[in-house]
Amino acid sequence: MTAFELLVQQLINAVSIGSLYALMAIGLAMVFSILRLINFAHGDLIMVGSYVALLLLLLGLPFLVAAAAGVAASTLAGLLMERVAYRPVRGAHEVAMLLTSFSVTIFLENLAIIIFRPTSRAFASPEFLRGIIEIGRLRIASLDIMAIACAAVLLAALTLYVTRTDTGIAMRAASQDLLAARLMGINVNRVIAAAFAIGSFMAGVVGILWSVRVGKIDPLMGFNPVLKAFVASVIGGLGSLSGAVIGGYVLGFLEILLQGLLPAALTPYRDALVFAVLIALLLFRPNGILGSTEREKI
Amino acid sequence: MLKLRGVEVGYGHIRALHDVSLEVNDGELVALLGANGAGKSSTLMTISGIVRPRGGTVFYDDLDLSKASPLDIVNRGIIHCPEGRRIFGGLTVQENLRMGAIRRRDRSRAAADMDRVFSLFPVLGERRRQAGATLSGGEQQMLAIGRALMAEPRLLLLDEPSLGLAPLVVRAIFRVIRELRSRRVTILLVEQNVRQALAVADRAYVLETGRVVLSGTGAELRANTEIEKAYLSGSPRKAT
Repeated sequence: MTAFELLVQQLINAVSIGSLYALMAIGLAMVFSILRLINFAHGDLIMVGSYVALLLLLLGLPFLVAAAAGVAASTLAGLLMERVAYRPVRGAHEVAMLLTSFSVTIFLENLAIIIFRPTSRAFASPEFLRGIIEIGRLRIASLDIMAIACAAVLLAALTLYVTRTDTGIAMRAASQDLLAARLMGINVNRVIAAAFAIGSFMAGVVGILWSVRVGKIDPLMGFNPVLKAFVASVIGGLGSLSGAVIGGYVLGFLEILLQGLLPAALTPYRDALVFAVLIALLLFRPNGILGSTEREKI
Repeated sequence: MLKLRGVEVGYGHIRALHDVSLEVNDGELVALLGANGAGKSSTLMTISGIVRPRGGTVFYDDLDLSKASPLDIVNRGIIHCPEGRRIFGGLTVQENLRMGAIRRRDRSRAAADMDRVFSLFPVLGERRRQAGATLSGGEQQMLAIGRALMAEPRLLLLDEPSLGLAPLVVRAIFRVIRELRSRRVTILLVEQNVRQALAVADRAYVLETGRVVLSGTGAELRANTEIEKAYLSGSPRKAT
């Protein structure tokens, strides 16, 4: 393999993993931008959707049906989370909301441990996602293509949504000035529910792709993705949708780059190095890549 | 018709309004005057349902505003153009105006109203695709008023529309207020620019530390020596 082919190969890897981070980070960013809530339970939506999908697969349903049901389950779980846990503390101090999100995480993860046992279960991937496409000497996993395609479609749809539809524009309006939004008669409950639904839908899609990629699922599987999504949205500028997407891809590239450059002995420290880069970035741009340098609104 | 009777509002231990009673009849332009912290904005926030009164009644025709949600209140045509403009800086001028019309179902008339806002404030038309945050202070105030007009207000609550603006812009804003008045839009205007406000208002109320201390027609209050002393004659008490 030539150096150029290797580069392309790694580029595709980076875009693929970056797509998953970006889709996850959007969910965090949408909710944060309106509510100032960092929803750490966002990762558990991945788990909920994956288990629902796995159950249906075990019942013998076709993969696409199970995957669709899994995504729907994630979406519903996100909506339920908002209604039951976050609406009552809306407007409370940010720390109270953050603690609420930890409680939701602990509750969901332990519920899953009780129902599904703490051990991991195999998540069988279907034929069409296991394939390898060979172009010349390049070997591209069809799962990577699927991840990139899903992200492209979802990001395009989201862009249309927040620039063309009333609710989408209202979502941006509410993230800029919640009081003014209420005074204009924007239905804030509906906008927030829509933000949760969209973010959770994307988490559901990530969940399926992630489960296929890893090949197994467990009740705590959401932790790593939500941590990465958090890092991605901080890199991009917390609360900015385009920042979350950029942050997701930057993180993907960073990981693959370190993976490729680090000597084998250091690869286990890859995540630590990623976080070191994050710290360095925040020292120079405390508000992330797209974050404004203006101080927090009073 | 808007009718406040004995309204009490407080935040924690602080009482913002004591026994405030006032009325705004259909088609009237009523000014609400007073110094900083007198309770003017609290009065408007109570009317638009953001702040709940601890006592008294707030009625708009037969609707009890103290129990209605801010959404219901907007649906009844009470539109609050808040202090400090509070336009959506990341949205374009056009999107800001579209948000003003979000409760409306009559798309074609809303589009016509947007053209009317652009003819009222031509500069907004020129900048319709620009982000709100890139506008000057005066243009942002025009956008805030335009956004409120897009909601087709039956009762418009205008909070300090001339605050911090250059004299030329203030004149333009008051020209628009006069025009709205001639179109029989009912307006409750909060202002620190007492002279200008009294010149356009049918009636006015003066608030001091959360109480109504004076009321009367615009002409009466202009002739009133108290007002003269407090707000118009460069006395040490700041008229903001």
